[in-house]
Amino acid sequence: MEATGVTAGGKPVTFPQYLLLNAKRFAARPAMRFKDYGIWQSWSWSEQRDEIRDLALGLKAMGISEGDRIAIVGSNRPRLYWAFCAAQSLKAVPVPVYADSVAEEMAYVLNHAGVRFAIVQDQEQVDKIQSMAAEIPQLTDIIFDEPRGLRDYDRAHLHDFGDVQDKGRGIAEANKSAVADWEAAIRASDGSEVSAILYTSGTTGRSKGVMLTASASVKAAEDTAAFDHMSEHDEVLAYLPLAWVGDHYLNYAQGYVAGLCMSCPESPDTVAQNLREIGPTFYFAPPRVFEGLLTSVMIRMEDASRPKKWLFHHYLGVAKAYGEKILEGRPVPLSGRISYWIGDKLIYGPLRNVLGFTRIRTAYTAGEAIGPDLFSFFRSLGINLKQLYGQTEAFLYVTCQKDGDVRPDTVGPAAPDVQIRITESGEVQFRSPGMFSGYYGDEDKTRETMTPDGWVMTGDAGIFDAHGHLKIIDRAKDVGKLTTGALYAPKYIENKLKFFPNIKEVVAFGDGRDFVSVFLNIDLTAVGNWAERNNISYGSYQELAGLPQVYQMMASHIDQVNRDLSAEPMMAGAQIRRFLVLHKELDADDGELTRTQKVRRSFIAERYGPLIEALYNGATEQFIETEMTFEDGRTGVIRATVTVADATVHPAVAALPEAAE
Amino acid sequence: MNARVKHVELHADDDGLSPGDVMLKIENVSLSFGGVKAISNISFDIRKGEIRAIIGPNGAGKTSMLNVINGFYHPQQGVITFRGKARSQMQPYEAAASGIARTFQNVALFKGMSTLDNIMSGRTLKMHRNFFWQMINVGPARNEEIEHRLKVEEIIDFLEIQHIRKTPVGKLPYGLQKRVELGRALAMEPDLLLLDEPMAGMNLEEKEDMSRFILDVNSQMGTTIALIEHDMGVVMDISDRVVVLDYGRKIGDGTPQDVKNNQDVIDAYLGVSH
Repeated sequence: MEATGVTAGGKPVTFPQYLLLNAKRFAARPAMRFKDYGIWQSWSWSEQRDEIRDLALGLKAMGISEGDRIAIVGSNRPRLYWAFCAAQSLKAVPVPVYADSVAEEMAYVLNHAGVRFAIVQDQEQVDKIQSMAAEIPQLTDIIFDEPRGLRDYDRAHLHDFGDVQDKGRGIAEANKSAVADWEAAIRASDGSEVSAILYTSGTTGRSKGVMLTASASVKAAEDTAAFDHMSEHDEVLAYLPLAWVGDHYLNYAQGYVAGLCMSCPESPDTVAQNLREIGPTFYFAPPRVFEGLLTSVMIRMEDASRPKKWLFHHYLGVAKAYGEKILEGRPVPLSGRISYWIGDKLIYGPLRNVLGFTRIRTAYTAGEAIGPDLFSFFRSLGINLKQLYGQTEAFLYVTCQKDGDVRPDTVGPAAPDVQIRITESGEVQFRSPGMFSGYYGDEDKTRETMTPDGWVMTGDAGIFDAHGHLKIIDRAKDVGKLTTGALYAPKYIENKLKFFPNIKEVVAFGDGRDFVSVFLNIDLTAVGNWAERNNISYGSYQELAGLPQVYQMMASHIDQVNRDLSAEPMMAGAQIRRFLVLHKELDADDGELTRTQKVRRSFIAERYGPLIEALYNGATEQFIETEMTFEDGRTGVIRATVTVADATVHPAVAALPEAAE
Repeated sequence: MNARVKHVELHADDDGLSPGDVMLKIENVSLSFGGVKAISNISFDIRKGEIRAIIGPNGAGKTSMLNVINGFYHPQQGVITFRGKARSQMQPYEAAASGIARTFQNVALFKGMSTLDNIMSGRTLKMHRNFFWQMINVGPARNEEIEHRLKVEEIIDFLEIQHIRKTPVGKLPYGLQKRVELGRALAMEPDLLLLDEPMAGMNLEEKEDMSRFILDVNSQMGTTIALIEHDMGVVMDISDRVVVLDYGRKIGDGTPQDVKNNQDVIDAYLGVSH
């Protein structure tokens, strides 16, 4: 199989070279699909090459040349993906921009990148860019895909995508050598040019333009495509933001390298339906998407008839017992295999079909920690869900899990050809084939991120477990040390606790202290439900939170977490010794959480000072008075005496040999 | 092998009128139900290519006026001239056949049918093959169906309702139902589109979307639009001319600006101390 395209006369080092190769080797195979007017339209690789060539020749005639930056803005549409390759074929640099960014943000990126042309989806983007024209002096022309609503706009510097292609087609027909020249120029490249500038989403300060070179990008994509055995028979659905490195890498870069077929959804609202229609073989989604899917399945099962419910839950139990083992090829008793086979016919198969996962060979999730139960649920249904860790600066992959060697709590070993080291302070640094060449127009930032010996700093703290798998534990700047010298990663501990449905929010303390302790918030729905089932009456959140039974429940959860921590040599010293259940829910209205529901650690430390003191001075209860804001904006004072409890600490377990598992 | 669908422009029929010519003229029309005078002696016109708003307080006779225009009510007095042809009595189906489509104040869709089928039903008058042809669904009937489906897909694309193509409309939120109803009216490729409170019960965002669709229908398809609407902001923003009714009488007619400054209109809306 020519999966990675290393054959056929010299190895391509740019994406346009892969385009020419694919147009030859997979000429009649589909390269792109797009649902339009309710019908899936498709383009073969040779048709796709022609579309891209027409566009490229048109752009060239309009004056685009080597090194020019071209912004690409819109949702996932074939024409915008073609724009990437057309720009690259002229050695111009595509700069995708998030379509939902507001005009000011967009203007900042377009100006910072110094774009000459913008290729955009529709009127909305044209309006945004035109409204900020004064801020983007280098921008001369805008090319749009959808003409709707643009009828009365001044066309002097505004062009229809189709017209640009027509112009290119005209040139190709009039002058045969134009096509040959275009192909010759593509073949002549040694891959040293910048092939794209991807802007980071800018959660911490201004977005930065990550420059990726062509040959490095191609190499990275070849490595991972081979790692996951991708070929021209694979299908993907491109539904994540076009400007995000994940979409660009997983769909465009791997797509060209493997020669697979990319499908674009009809509209952002139809992704779930389109997923079902296409049935991709490779799929990526952040954990919250999987969480949403699980919730919707469970809710719909609640409405099912009793026999169906029984069947569903019975076979879910079977899947839990044997599903992952079967997926990983581990030994399973014959009776288990038979039950699973029946379950597959009755439940798992139809369920995968409804979710659009029938043909999935490889699915990835990344971006945040995924709950072990959630992760196992999808794996036990026979979906090969794995985790990866990556970032824009690496052109995605830093680590990824191998088929059959998957754990919910790690992100896997280093990806092929990637080197990882962990510094004294616990920060993860890497060197990879796809790593960036620098931030565009920002030498200082580049120096801040790349070490003198050529490693990229991720800003994440991580550890390797006994099997050589990387665990990301927190942002490096949040990681501290206990007075005992043990590593203390607050988010790692908090996340472990938050995976219990009964726990809604956790705040851990420990940096510079003798041991780790936590504030807990119970989940009112889950714990309330439990109380009801157990005939435990309560009058308020405060009362429920203070019940001894609830403390027992929390203690058992913490015990579980401590046991987990004790098994990790690096973490065993950071077990939770004391905890309390807060008398009120942490709330963004009171400034305790950010609007995106993240804990504001320092604010909480100040507000609940006496409670923290109680955690560390050995008191068994503490009186506290807190001001709180009601939903209608009035404020009141809430008083409580909060119980402080001790947790069991487990002795550190020496790293077990693999066989002991 | 190229399966790509060619883009088909939807537009109103060429009726020999150029934009600005009077398309529909209402002269001295009166309508009463027993002793109740719903409309008394009203005259106004609708010009080709414009968005004409009919406004007025509750019970002013706005919906009656629309019902008169599309032949559902028959006025006791007066003449209605549509495209130069005067008529006193007309049935709704004749109005539909002559290029007048409408939507209703209370959504009137087939609740159990999908969005697609509802909009498809708007094509009924454009179908040339009879019931039996359609039943056997071969040859010409099939080709015709495909042609109509393409038009309907154009409309679905235009109104951005691809995600509810196969959903029974009864399950849809109100704002989307209104959009589907507009789609069905558009499927008739009307010359004159009557919209009865297209934005009633919508939130701000839905109103903005609907306003955009109405403007796009008007500018891209060249459809003349008469609409009844209560949201004054919307009316003032999107309509070219406004006629104001009160207790079945016409009390104002002109551009939104004229109407806004008209003392009778201000009195009717804000109330006046007697």
